[in-house]
Amino acid sequence: MDDRNLEIEMGTLLRAGVLLAAAVVLAGGVFYLAQNHAARIELNTFTVESVNLRMVGGIFQSAIHLHSLGIIQFGLLLLIATPVARVVFAIVGFYLERDRMYAIVSLIVLAVLVFSLMRAA
Amino acid sequence: MTVLVFTLAVWAISTVAGFLGSLTGLGGGVIVVPVLALAMGVDIKYAIGASLVSVIATSSGAAAAYVKEGYSNIRIGLLLEIATTVGAVVGAYLAARVTTHVIAIIFGLVLVPSAIQSLLKNAGEHDSIAESDALCKRFRLGGDYPVEGARQKYGVRNLPAGFSMMFGAGALSGLLGIGSGAVKVIAMDRAMKIPFKVSTTTSNFMIGVTAAASAGVYLSRGYIDPRVAMPVMLGVLCGAFLGSKVLVHAQVRTLRVVFGLVILLMAAEMIFSGVTGRV
Repeated sequence: MDDRNLEIEMGTLLRAGVLLAAAVVLAGGVFYLAQNHAARIELNTFTVESVNLRMVGGIFQSAIHLHSLGIIQFGLLLLIATPVARVVFAIVGFYLERDRMYAIVSLIVLAVLVFSLMRAA
Repeated sequence: MTVLVFTLAVWAISTVAGFLGSLTGLGGGVIVVPVLALAMGVDIKYAIGASLVSVIATSSGAAAAYVKEGYSNIRIGLLLEIATTVGAVVGAYLAARVTTHVIAIIFGLVLVPSAIQSLLKNAGEHDSIAESDALCKRFRLGGDYPVEGARQKYGVRNLPAGFSMMFGAGALSGLLGIGSGAVKVIAMDRAMKIPFKVSTTTSNFMIGVTAAASAGVYLSRGYIDPRVAMPVMLGVLCGAFLGSKVLVHAQVRTLRVVFGLVILLMAAEMIFSGVTGRV
């Protein structure tokens, strides 16, 4: 596998991930609009949402029960995962290219990424 | 405002944001945040959460095209991303300990000359098809990108300067939440002499990774509201797909002017939110 192939594979993977995330958000969005389109929306004061839309476990629960907002949040989680997947894919790709230097570079980026994601948990 | 009107309006604005964000490598936050917060009366915390979603959507939406066309340079992106992500962690740590509105004002003022330079200099591409310097050669940062159907080689310079600026870019995004794309493009274009289209598309690759690093914090704090983020994400993706198609054929000079204008807008926003204490 050379750089060009790696990039093309990465592009295909990304497109699939993004389209999947968009499809899920769109489905949740259509569902949400069908139920609430004529309601008035108030977003001028911040209220901490219920835990089930702020934590990964709660989002899964909500999405499984086909709550429209839970489905949207689940799609957003998929979107947030795409850049992380790119870095993971780069590690594998550079390893297959036998490019140790850049496999390690990608690994460091992933480590910092995971570190900062963990701080939130 | 009804849910339907709100959703459609936010979707339309986000399409514009994704279009400009993917062309400039800046992400869509510059447009999404002020429109939501000022024009639509959405609480700034929801606006910031939506901005984060818009950055990731711009990055991943456009990247599929850029990576395939062979513009963005993943080695440069990943190497510099070490500095950015570490900077972001440091910035987030500092955010609770320094007065961020002063930093926002300073950052805004620093951006103005860069914006004016992009607008006035009106230069196309760097004329040098530079050889990489010794350090960049060791890291094999040089590459090639499509110019009028053929692939043109380019060299990369000043890795230490670029790396330091990327650390600063990360720290700023950790401190202020937005604005790191600007420093990324300027560092690659000006300091490292990387061709403009490669700089913006590589920045586009990097901003998604940087944003993902802070996504966990924003989500757990409840900043990411599905009612706002849904139209933002779908709109930005449409805009970013469009933008990535346009970038391929666009003149570098035109892209620089668009970049300059968006940077100027960003500078005004930074100074405004610093002065009003919204940051």
